[in-house]
Amino acid sequence: MASGRTIDRLPKLRWLVRAGSILACIGLWQLASSWHLHLGIVTFRNVPPPTEVVQSAIFLLKSPKLFAHVSSSLWRVFAGYGAAVVIGVALGFAIGRSRAASDLLLPPLELLRPIPAVAWIPLSILMFPSSELSMIYITFIGALFPIILNTVHGVANIDRRLVASARSLGGTPVAILREIVLPGAAPSIVTGLAIGMGTSWFCLVTAEMISGQFGIGYYTWEAYTLQNYADIIVGMLVIGLLGMGSSWLLTTLGHYLMPWRDPAVAR
Amino acid sequence: MNIRVTDIPAKTVGRIDVANVSISLGEGAGAFEAVRDLDFAVAPGELVCVLGPSGCGKSTLLGALAGHLKLTQGRLTVDDQPLLGPSPDRGIVFQQHTLFPWKRVRDNVAFGPKMRGIGKAERRRSADEILKLVGLDGFEAFYPSQLSGGMQQRVEIARVLINQPRVLLMDEPFGALDAQTRSLMQEVLLDIWTKIPTTTVFVTHDIEEALFLADRIIVMSARPGRVIDDIRLPFARPRHSELVTEHEFVRLKRHILNLLRRPDNSPPLPRLSPLGVPGE
Repeated sequence: MASGRTIDRLPKLRWLVRAGSILACIGLWQLASSWHLHLGIVTFRNVPPPTEVVQSAIFLLKSPKLFAHVSSSLWRVFAGYGAAVVIGVALGFAIGRSRAASDLLLPPLELLRPIPAVAWIPLSILMFPSSELSMIYITFIGALFPIILNTVHGVANIDRRLVASARSLGGTPVAILREIVLPGAAPSIVTGLAIGMGTSWFCLVTAEMISGQFGIGYYTWEAYTLQNYADIIVGMLVIGLLGMGSSWLLTTLGHYLMPWRDPAVAR
Repeated sequence: MNIRVTDIPAKTVGRIDVANVSISLGEGAGAFEAVRDLDFAVAPGELVCVLGPSGCGKSTLLGALAGHLKLTQGRLTVDDQPLLGPSPDRGIVFQQHTLFPWKRVRDNVAFGPKMRGIGKAERRRSADEILKLVGLDGFEAFYPSQLSGGMQQRVEIARVLINQPRVLLMDEPFGALDAQTRSLMQEVLLDIWTKIPTTTVFVTHDIEEALFLADRIIVMSARPGRVIDDIRLPFARPRHSELVTEHEFVRLKRHILNLLRRPDNSPPLPRLSPLGVPGE
């Protein structure tokens, strides 16, 4: 039937349009850089075309440098972000559950919060014995505040009727924390983790550009100073892929830990 | 399984004594007396409906019975034990379900046994058993959001009854359901109550609901809530929906309507909750 066929073909057609759109962008880029397009305020004269970028990417893929750069970046994110998760969630729970903890901990945190993590770079270089530790610290600070604030939000906004019910069913304070508050705050915590993941990559790349010796941010900046312009774009793409991968990891983790929020399950 | 309430010689537990109870809610200038000088007793196994206009403090009384609200005056005991806070002995069902969204139906029901330290296999078996009793076999592995409003309240009732409470407290549990589901749930409740005879205090503002369910209706006045009538219903059990057209039913309905008639133009009071003033 004619109407059935249109419904079947529509998604295929839309995917074709989407793929075509990406190809067109790459094509325009190729043209702009091979013609050395100059638009007054922005110029493509020094922008390498996609063909060169692909060559550089293949070269990097084959060299041992890629592993060294990516692994040292991943390690820094793992350490800094990991510390932010542990400390941020713990602080968030304390602040969200206890008025005393909130009065004690929140004011200094509120004072530090408006300072962008990147502004910490000079001071952190002075504060820590190695540039490695200072970069980890920047990554940590970047992720910390979104994680704390979202945890506090999740914990403080638990439906108090659920807590009352749990108490009526014999729940002890510890059991309520584990069985009600933690899962109830989980969606908000995961949101904080996702935002924190984004800012922690952002902060890491910036820190590496300033004080790194390895790492994908350093690689990108080094490419600029050595005038390997195609490598700049390769670095940018790797950073994008790493960010995408880690946010995919978080989304998957979220689905796994919170099956009740799956749209297929919870209508 | 441990002792079932049904194994205990029927109707010996669950006596409630309400003596000179007054409860004030709110703080400072917003404080007000929600209920004043309530004085009555509920016999073990009795199903009592507390009926009154919105905001009359009937839910406040229920909250105090559950242990979520403190008395300003008077004494409240269940089986001569003073109430020291919430307890699985006094299970409460709210108007909007409070099932834990992250637990499957079975694990929601098994929450009480889990808190008592009962092993996983055994508590799940008890949960499945009581779910069958409320007519929900086949839905054990569902999440609460996958159930209809009526089913959610059945789970809620099962989750309370699995603890074999001395009293079952219900705060307009069917108030948020559509008319058809509500009358179905009333019959379901009576059926469960017959199988597991438990002292029940059922708060409602629906006169027909109270007349259909109760052994006895306690009618409360507008704020501050006081008892203005205490009616023992003559209807035999089991009850069926035809009851609502019987002469005596209609006569009592008219009697209560007259009791609850508000002076014209008086604004309705906001609903109170068993947890105090909403949004406080």
